[in-house]
Amino acid sequence: MPLVKQGRLTTDLFVHVADGAELPGDGAVLVTAERFLADPEALLRRPGKLGVIWPNNRNLDELVPHLDRLASVALVFPTFRDGRAYSQARLLRERYGYDGELRATGQILRDQFVFMTRAGFDAFEVKKDADADAFAHTMKRYSVFYQPTGDGRVTALNRRMQLRHSESAGQ
Amino acid sequence: MYAYDELDRTLINERVSEFRDQVKRRLSGELTEDEFKILRLQNGVYLQLHAYMFRVAIPYGTLSSKQLRRLAHVARRYDRGYGHFTTRQNIQFNWIKLAELPDALADLAEVGIHAMQTSGNNMRNVTSDQWAGVAPGEIEDPRIWSELIRQHTTLHPEFSFLPRKFKIAITAAEHDRAAIKIHDIGLRLHKNADGETGFEVLVGGGLGRTPFIAKTIKPFVPGRDILSYIEAILRVYNQYGRRDNIYKARIKILVHELGIEKFAKEVEEEWKAMGDVGLTLDHTAIEEVRSRFSYPPYEKLPHMPDELKKAAHDKLFERWRKNSVSAHKVQGYSIVTLSLKPVGGPPGDATAEQMDAVADLADKYSFGEIRVGHEQNLALPHVAKRDLPALFKALDRLGLATPNVNLVTDIIACPGLDYCSLANARSIPIAQELTRRFANHDTADLIGRLHINISGCINACGHHHVGHIGILGVEKNGEEFYQITIGGRADENAQMGTLIGPAVPYAEVADVIEDIVEAYLALRDRPEELFVDTVKRLGVEPFRERVYATR
Repeated sequence: MPLVKQGRLTTDLFVHVADGAELPGDGAVLVTAERFLADPEALLRRPGKLGVIWPNNRNLDELVPHLDRLASVALVFPTFRDGRAYSQARLLRERYGYDGELRATGQILRDQFVFMTRAGFDAFEVKKDADADAFAHTMKRYSVFYQPTGDGRVTALNRRMQLRHSESAGQ
Repeated sequence: MYAYDELDRTLINERVSEFRDQVKRRLSGELTEDEFKILRLQNGVYLQLHAYMFRVAIPYGTLSSKQLRRLAHVARRYDRGYGHFTTRQNIQFNWIKLAELPDALADLAEVGIHAMQTSGNNMRNVTSDQWAGVAPGEIEDPRIWSELIRQHTTLHPEFSFLPRKFKIAITAAEHDRAAIKIHDIGLRLHKNADGETGFEVLVGGGLGRTPFIAKTIKPFVPGRDILSYIEAILRVYNQYGRRDNIYKARIKILVHELGIEKFAKEVEEEWKAMGDVGLTLDHTAIEEVRSRFSYPPYEKLPHMPDELKKAAHDKLFERWRKNSVSAHKVQGYSIVTLSLKPVGGPPGDATAEQMDAVADLADKYSFGEIRVGHEQNLALPHVAKRDLPALFKALDRLGLATPNVNLVTDIIACPGLDYCSLANARSIPIAQELTRRFANHDTADLIGRLHINISGCINACGHHHVGHIGILGVEKNGEEFYQITIGGRADENAQMGTLIGPAVPYAEVADVIEDIVEAYLALRDRPEELFVDTVKRLGVEPFRERVYATR
């Protein structure tokens, strides 16, 4: 699965380890929420980075205490129509201050990159290499945003108020 | 009117360019129909029975003459010369070609019109009172809040893939013309005991196969907190709304399954946990949006100008004036409703010529402004009373002066089986037949206010549940049958109608409606008692008897 990060096709350092399969001695791994919650301490003590695949119908409360020790959280889009992970992403970034990799997995359309980026995702498991090529182009599509999110972009309303303020200050 | 600035225009143009690219990728086969479907729906493009249907947003029902002319241009250039105004302040074109859609959108973008989120599982067009800003007794112009919410919910990165569609309606008047109780979120602007402006927030209303009247989730949310409160509701819905069954995915089902208290508690907890995330609207922010609404330079005019006194001798004018002209907050002015319900016509349709002509009349008589209401009629919101006789003559020539507003032939109807791929039965021919049956204005006048709503299927685009008389098309053994409900209403006392008995075949619908109306005329205790009030007083039984005794 091609991985897009920082706008480029990137080698995925994380290995998805299925439940029941043996973990490699070191190296970065992504494990399921069940496996992680069964014994988080053991997994966190292991050398190598740890990421957790968090389903979109599972409450984040169980994950929050471990966030500062996780290198990646992978949220899931079972279909591109199912938008629950957008809310999870914003909560992780904006409410719980998670600053590690936030990965979008599952069915992802390149047409959703802007929404996902604004919600806090910074890594995308896409379907084909062409989607990676399209990333930079897609990200340039919009220059105006109406809502504030954790991505820090200035909203249209705030830009107008800034403009008005600087106009009145200049008079 | 609200004036779009460079930022709004840039965003709309960026959206058009994105959609042009998506259409190109679809036509080249790069996007599958399954992928393209969610993208085209978010741009108002449906695949209907015969062709693509294109739904354009008319946010809070306000249009400039320039915008209306551009809609006429789209009807003429890309469609078959007409458009259909819907129950949610949209206009639909039924015969548009996919390859031409980006051009149509680009033409609309030039005048600040778009089709963003007029379909799909996201926040739909924010609707409001078509008399906003001119209705006497209004708390304040609800369009300022509608616009703030429109902006906030447009291309929202968290809520563009909700479990199902999501509709918000706002009213600021005592009489609810926005039908807020049948929306996912209904907002009623009012002042609290301290004189502070805020909203009663209602949630979980809706029609379709599981109709619900919205319930109050919070009696007062201050204006400055309305965006964050809506965000909290949406976040709870996005996380907990059902996605296993599209028929149970609307917020009304979540509210029903959890119960309003539990749902309200979830929202309250989310809202408190949100803290300050930049959504609080301080005075400057509200004023920024308010300042971009302009209001006409009204003149100081007499309450009863000579022109009006003179025209009072003309019976046709007087009948139209009594029916179609409403009180305005400014002395000497009126709000004029233009009926899109001529005898024998499809409700809500307007030709390109009519749209152009209405735009001209708006320039001449209404400071260039037009309104669109959920009853599928248009309105000119600022007409000087002295101009009413001249306006009447002009409208009459255009076929837009049918004096039937709120009467039995002012029928709300969905497009039904003639256009819609979801429908089980026709709606338009039923409406046309009924307008012919009740064409006599004196009879219609005698009957008084009576709303007939027709839907061609359970999805209820014609809002049949809340019609004083509701007609729902169903299919039985390959034939069209119609269930009749009575006693529904969509206003501040909204309620669902009650089924009067077994469905009747297509050919009998008009007779049955006539029977019901005759029963009402015999049963009402005085001429002023509205049909819906007689039903409330007596229940459906006497009507059931009248309809089924001889069938």
